[in-house]
Amino acid sequence: MPKEVIHQFNVEFLSVLDEKGKVDSKLMPKLNGENIKKMFELMKLTRILDEKALKLQREGRLGTYASCLGQEATHIGSAFALGKEDFVFPSFREQGVYLSRNIPIDQYLAYWKGDERGMKFTKDANIFTVSIPVGSHMLHAMGYSWACKIKKESRAVITYFGDGATSEGDFHEAMNFASVFEVPLVFICQNNQYAISLPVNKQTKAQTIAQKAIAYGMYGIRVDGNDVFAMYRATKEALERAKKGKPTLIEALTYRRGDHTTSDDSKKYRTDREVNQWKKKDPIDRLRNYMSSKKLWAQDYEDELDKKFNEEIDEAVKKMESLEAPKREEIFNYMYSELTDNLKEQQNEK
Amino acid sequence: MKANLVQAINMALSQEMEKDKSIVLLGEDVGIDGGVFRVTEGLFQKYKDRVFDTPLAESGIVGSSIGLALNGLKPIPEIQFEGFLMPALDQIISHASRIRNRSRGMFNVPLVVRSPFGGGIKALEHHSDSPETYFIHTPGLKVVIPSRPYDAKGLLISAIRDPDPVIFFEPKKIYRAFKEEVPEKEYTIPLGKANIIKQGEDLTIITYGSWVRETLKAIKDSKYNIEVIDLRTLKPLDTKAILNSVSRTGRCIIVHEAPKTLGLASEIIALINEKELLSLEAPIQRVTGYDIVVPLPKLEKYYMPNIDRIKKAIDKVMSF
Ligand SMILES: Cc1ncc(C[n+]2csc(CCOP(=O)(O)OP(=O)(O)O)c2C)c(N)n1
Repeated sequence: MPKEVIHQFNVEFLSVLDEKGKVDSKLMPKLNGENIKKMFELMKLTRILDEKALKLQREGRLGTYASCLGQEATHIGSAFALGKEDFVFPSFREQGVYLSRNIPIDQYLAYWKGDERGMKFTKDANIFTVSIPVGSHMLHAMGYSWACKIKKESRAVITYFGDGATSEGDFHEAMNFASVFEVPLVFICQNNQYAISLPVNKQTKAQTIAQKAIAYGMYGIRVDGNDVFAMYRATKEALERAKKGKPTLIEALTYRRGDHTTSDDSKKYRTDREVNQWKKKDPIDRLRNYMSSKKLWAQDYEDELDKKFNEEIDEAVKKMESLEAPKREEIFNYMYSELTDNLKEQQNEK
Repeated sequence: MKANLVQAINMALSQEMEKDKSIVLLGEDVGIDGGVFRVTEGLFQKYKDRVFDTPLAESGIVGSSIGLALNGLKPIPEIQFEGFLMPALDQIISHASRIRNRSRGMFNVPLVVRSPFGGGIKALEHHSDSPETYFIHTPGLKVVIPSRPYDAKGLLISAIRDPDPVIFFEPKKIYRAFKEEVPEKEYTIPLGKANIIKQGEDLTIITYGSWVRETLKAIKDSKYNIEVIDLRTLKPLDTKAILNSVSRTGRCIIVHEAPKTLGLASEIIALINEKELLSLEAPIQRVTGYDIVVPLPKLEKYYMPNIDRIKKAIDKVMSF
């Protein structure tokens, strides 16, 4: 009996826009000038919000905050492919995705200031709350998309998570369930190469995260996560495939340029040199180079954007800070649909 | 030396590791980073081959620790925050706590699961909980919560040397709140022994963790002579200390941050009812967290027990 190869697998890498801003025209997705400008604007808005949030935190005006600096293309490229009716399960670092779903900035900031009201979105935003326990929400995305299938809705679902999350059992259970039940779900792993202090090569010995899909009989692809066009293209295709009952794992290769959160000091575990190398691959610079070559960009256009977004965010901060303080009785009100006698008694205790 | 809670725990870990080569530390960010609260700072540098940064998987961390323990090592896993113990509950409840019994003593699991716990640091969701009841309720586990640096060192050393699984909760609110003299020489504080922090005849207040200090603040100018018991070990409970005290004072208040329903206070009240009911002069009062999810920072203070609530409970108990 010979020992023979019975299956072979390939892992693909998709990149469309290079670091100089040149695109591979064969792979360039269909996007008009307006679409591209919209993507650029959302990436800029995400970055300016992120900078502002860090500043507010330093001034004691915001709680612990998780920066998404450097990951804007993974957020905007993928979220741009979503239909309005599609649904999203983020983890906790997806500022750009929340902005793409038009979540009001004041509300989003209110959450990071420690106010539960910040997570009460309108139903038609079609995005779920932040989930702090790493990896746990992928199963919710699985169930949500399963319900889409059972109810014969033509919607799909995206769930976002980090490289660290792929070590949790819940990730593997969600992947397996999704594949077995053929649900309309897209897994987007933002491989930003760190889980707090742990580099991805100590998180997994697999050469890519994309290949983890193979074990579940699922399609997986690695995408340049700092390339907004590649992210868009891969997500668009994955959403279409998902609606036919074929889930996908997208590994977006990117880099977390900031500290893990405002409580972290990344100098303890990585070099400035490494961070600077990734600065050169900045997703916004890349898109700007492309737009400039296509006459979609001019300095005064960007200056205008900076001004407009700064004002918009300052307004939102003002609104967030003048929000009426939440009341003590609220802490009891959302435990059940109705207050139990026990909770009523505790609510009235002063 | 003068040490805060973080330093005292670090000292205990370091000294025990020096002495006992079978001790291994593992968990998320416990190595190069020294832990998110810096509790394991410097240990990776000192004991390179016995401190492991693990992949991000709590069930993996605790489940592997059980295996390490079964093969003769002494694992001290860290779970980064109490809220992330939940993925490891299966390993703790279904296995760590039961293996001695299942194997009729052939195997035991000398494991210390360390985790920061409790609120009061203005954190995100799942970073402010007090889940001790789940563990106290599980047969086969011991549960320890120090209230001060001196005790933390002595209790942790006892926990490490204990042949059975111990859940060691570190009240993160007081990680750096104060320093006190912590001897560099080795000493232990036995598990299962409460500490009478202050003697008194009028009333017994029983508490643990960060609430010991708050309780002392609350009674500072009290006109009553109040006895304060710091439980230190929640399981096994020092029932003698509790019953002795209540038999003398006839009045009792229990303070904890965990939710009220089935919090440790319930068990203590049941115990007193069974064994010392006839000594009671007044109904026992509980000052605890409410039966709700710990609110985010803006509303968190309304969840917490506080000095006012403790004082009110004192007035109530003394009014009988
Ligand atoms: C179950 C669980 N364990 C631990 C933590 C603490 N924690 C928060 S984020 C994080 C690292 C997450 O890494 P990754 O999944 O790569 O996402 P990233 O932070 O890089 O976006 C850890 C350990 C948590 N939130 N949940």
